[in-house]
Amino acid sequence: MRREPARTFSDLLPLLFPAAVLVVFFVIPFGIMVAVSFFRRQQGGFYTVDFVVANYERFLTPFFGSVLGFSLFLAMAVAVCCVVVALPFTSFLSGCSRRVQVVWLVGILAILSLSEVIIGFAWSTLFSRTAGIGNLLAALGLMEAPKALLPGFGAVLTGMIYQALPFTILLLYPSLMRLDPSLLEAARTLGASPLRGFVSVVVPALRHTIAATLIMVFVFALGSYLLPQILGRPQHWTLSVLITDQAIYQSNMPFAAAMAVFLVLISLALVGLVLLVGGRREAA
Amino acid sequence: MTVTWLRRCYMALVAFFLAAPLAVVAGVSVNEKKTLLFPPRGFSLEWYTAIFTEPEWRGALIASLGLAALSAALAVIVALPLSWFFWRRVAPWARVFQVLGVAPFMLPPVITALGFLSFWATGGFYGAPWTAVISHAIFFVTLPLVTISLGFSSIDRSLVEAAATMGADDRTVFRTVVAPLIAPYMVSGFAFAFVLSLNEYIVAYMTVGFTMETLPVKIFNALRYGYTPTMASVSIFFVAIAVLAVGLVARYGDLPKLMGAWTGEER
Amino acid sequence: MSALTLEGVTKRFGSLVAVDDVSLTVLKGTFVCLLGPSGCGKTTLLRLIAGLEAPSAGRILLAGAEVTGLPTHKRDFGMVFQSLALFPHLSVRDNIAYPLRIRGAAKAEWESRVGELLDLVHLQDHGERPVSRLSGGQRQRVAIARALAVSPRLFLLDEPLSALDAKLREAMQVELRQLQQKLGITTIVVTHDQREAMTMADLVVVMGDGRIHQAAAPVEIYRKPADAFVADFIGSTNLLDIAASGSSQALFDGVPLPGVILPAGVQRARLSIRPEDVRLTDPANATLTGRVTFLRDLGGTVETFVEAADTTIVAVSTRREQTQVAAGEQIGIRLPAEACVVLTR
Ligand SMILES: Nc1ncnc2c1ncn2[C@@H]1O[C@H](COP(=O)(O)OP(=O)(O)O)[C@@H](O)[C@H]1O
Ligand SMILES: [Mg+2]
Repeated sequence: MRREPARTFSDLLPLLFPAAVLVVFFVIPFGIMVAVSFFRRQQGGFYTVDFVVANYERFLTPFFGSVLGFSLFLAMAVAVCCVVVALPFTSFLSGCSRRVQVVWLVGILAILSLSEVIIGFAWSTLFSRTAGIGNLLAALGLMEAPKALLPGFGAVLTGMIYQALPFTILLLYPSLMRLDPSLLEAARTLGASPLRGFVSVVVPALRHTIAATLIMVFVFALGSYLLPQILGRPQHWTLSVLITDQAIYQSNMPFAAAMAVFLVLISLALVGLVLLVGGRREAA
Repeated sequence: MTVTWLRRCYMALVAFFLAAPLAVVAGVSVNEKKTLLFPPRGFSLEWYTAIFTEPEWRGALIASLGLAALSAALAVIVALPLSWFFWRRVAPWARVFQVLGVAPFMLPPVITALGFLSFWATGGFYGAPWTAVISHAIFFVTLPLVTISLGFSSIDRSLVEAAATMGADDRTVFRTVVAPLIAPYMVSGFAFAFVLSLNEYIVAYMTVGFTMETLPVKIFNALRYGYTPTMASVSIFFVAIAVLAVGLVARYGDLPKLMGAWTGEER
Repeated sequence: MSALTLEGVTKRFGSLVAVDDVSLTVLKGTFVCLLGPSGCGKTTLLRLIAGLEAPSAGRILLAGAEVTGLPTHKRDFGMVFQSLALFPHLSVRDNIAYPLRIRGAAKAEWESRVGELLDLVHLQDHGERPVSRLSGGQRQRVAIARALAVSPRLFLLDEPLSALDAKLREAMQVELRQLQQKLGITTIVVTHDQREAMTMADLVVVMGDGRIHQAAAPVEIYRKPADAFVADFIGSTNLLDIAASGSSQALFDGVPLPGVILPAGVQRARLSIRPEDVRLTDPANATLTGRVTFLRDLGGTVETFVEAADTTIVAVSTRREQTQVAAGEQIGIRLPAEACVVLTR
């Protein structure tokens, strides 16, 4: 069967329903959100139609600057940690038998699909005074008395790494599966130690994948909206948390929308970068 | 020798990191009293039955299951003709819809959630349960889109041609050859969308958070008023559902192949 | 009566001309082999006939009626694909029943027909098996039975035997030919294997570069190749550049070749002669001589490579006929006129 160009209207019929759904329920909401970002906030209600840039002007305040700076820093830290941990792991995983791989994939996908609420709750339990590792450390004599390990930056970072690690592994998995195992073996026969071989052969061979994965995980981590709230203090709030907070609790939709537009622009720029990297890889 | 050992150790460490919080929650969930203690004191499955007996939790569970089932079904219904079209037709301009189908999943969830909030509020439907169904279907349409597209691309085109030489028109080919071959991929797409919808918080919260409590919303709300062991048992229950659903996909489909498609490189 | 007629059929893929102005008439009940090197457009031509590709130009007629624009599913052809294209989700029985069932045949009707077909291809006991659990030869038979289920007007096969090992392939060639004769069905088989074509076909169509170079009976293709391409592709041959003397007598390197005449008005041509037709003689009483460059003793036969006027001529002789020569020696060559084919194209 050949793929044929759509010539008549009836050829286009199957496209009609999904296209309409996507336009009505994704493009239009998105457009409305962009529009709202220029509206004026109405105390007590949602907003009034207007065209003001005041919502964007608030980006220039030191408060917003610090939230943005922290969000980017946190996402970066999460992305780097995840890739560093996931790269050797995924490489080992790709060497396992198919059966073992399937078991791991089931576990990883199950954790990936878990709600941020549940992940946040699980880590807050693990870091709690009465049920957490504080307990364990105290029992081992490493800590004088059991102590809660949250809220704090460490807890936020750990929780977010936990959330993003399965995603990172799945992003790296296809490339590592396709990587020729004889590459590493060749390096070994030339006298490289396993670690040397990995760093000098596998990592360079995958540099585009690694770069793309870093960016994708970065965007993924930028989207985390609950963990900083559950596991951190207000100074650990990220842009996503702030957007939620403004939209729901402060009822400031226009400002939330302006921040969302900003977040989209950052994410799109980064995804564009990934496509660029991918494009260069194909050209190479 | 030592390399294998190192490898095992490293994988075990990652496994420990991934399992530890869930193990603690599982432990906490069987405490006999209403306490947050680990290791647990006593043993009781009372908090698991509470999911089904306490009206609040049961209501949230039913709401979540209904939302997940309906939105996953809708996502599949949207994704199926779209991926069929891309498989059957050359239409570069239509790729725009593929991008639209993938975008909600790629962008930070808050953005999609906020978009829906503005949309439903503007339309005057804010809070109606069905708005959450549509919102989740759009949010997760990426998953069936990816799996079903992979299903189509793995159909040997000569099968379709063979059916045509034997007298089958387009419709018959779809019914007798294409549909049976992509059915497992549809099920996978449905299962992924279902599990993710079940766990989704922010979109559900921003669209129907004030009128209908789904389980994640319920857990989060409860979390703000302090701890109850049902939170732990519900979490473990969710982990079980996720493992079960993904396990089913693995059993009847090709998980490594599906994951290969994740980054869209297998085309 | 003509079962299939192609008139100037052409297929372009962008700038590539895959099938170039092909005209052909196939009589009813004929077994045709489309033969040619890989990439010469055989599959494309078969797909054009089946309606799986639309021709860029030309007409296709079936029993006199034009079918050029008719969609595949209305043509009532049986086709066996190179990949076989068995439905992996159906059993052997359901695969064979497929064309009958989608036509709405009653259960009793299709069941008895499937039974007949299973008998025909000797798979009586395999009806319930999934197709994935069959050997290569068995899968082949299922594909054939399925294509024959509704008694097609034309039976098309694309390299049906190429995936089988040599032994099974030869057995299947004979089986396929017998089946075709039994059913009297007009059949077109694509192959790149000339032995296969010679074994099965009534009519061999030699294709090269999208064009038909010759369409004739197997023996004729071998004995009277239409051009250098056919001569070279079918078996092995010696190709010599010849020129015409004043009386149209053929000259090779200025030496007249007795009995070989060029058509009137043709000054230059090529001469094809099969290695087994080349005679080696004592150089003393020969008009054409050359130097032996290499001898290849294959046990049963001996190949002698002789260089004459910058052309290497190969002669194949049986051990008995073999004249005693060694590499480097001079030898006489005789080209019997009845074995020489003059190629003017
Ligand atoms: N769908 C197509 N698009 C572009 N080129 C094609 C297509 N199908 C075949 N071709 C080209 O047409 C030529 C003939 O192909 P084909 O008919 O498959 O040859 P054969 O079967 O004799 O090996 C080849 O050069 C092939 O690359
Ligand atoms: Mg071919």
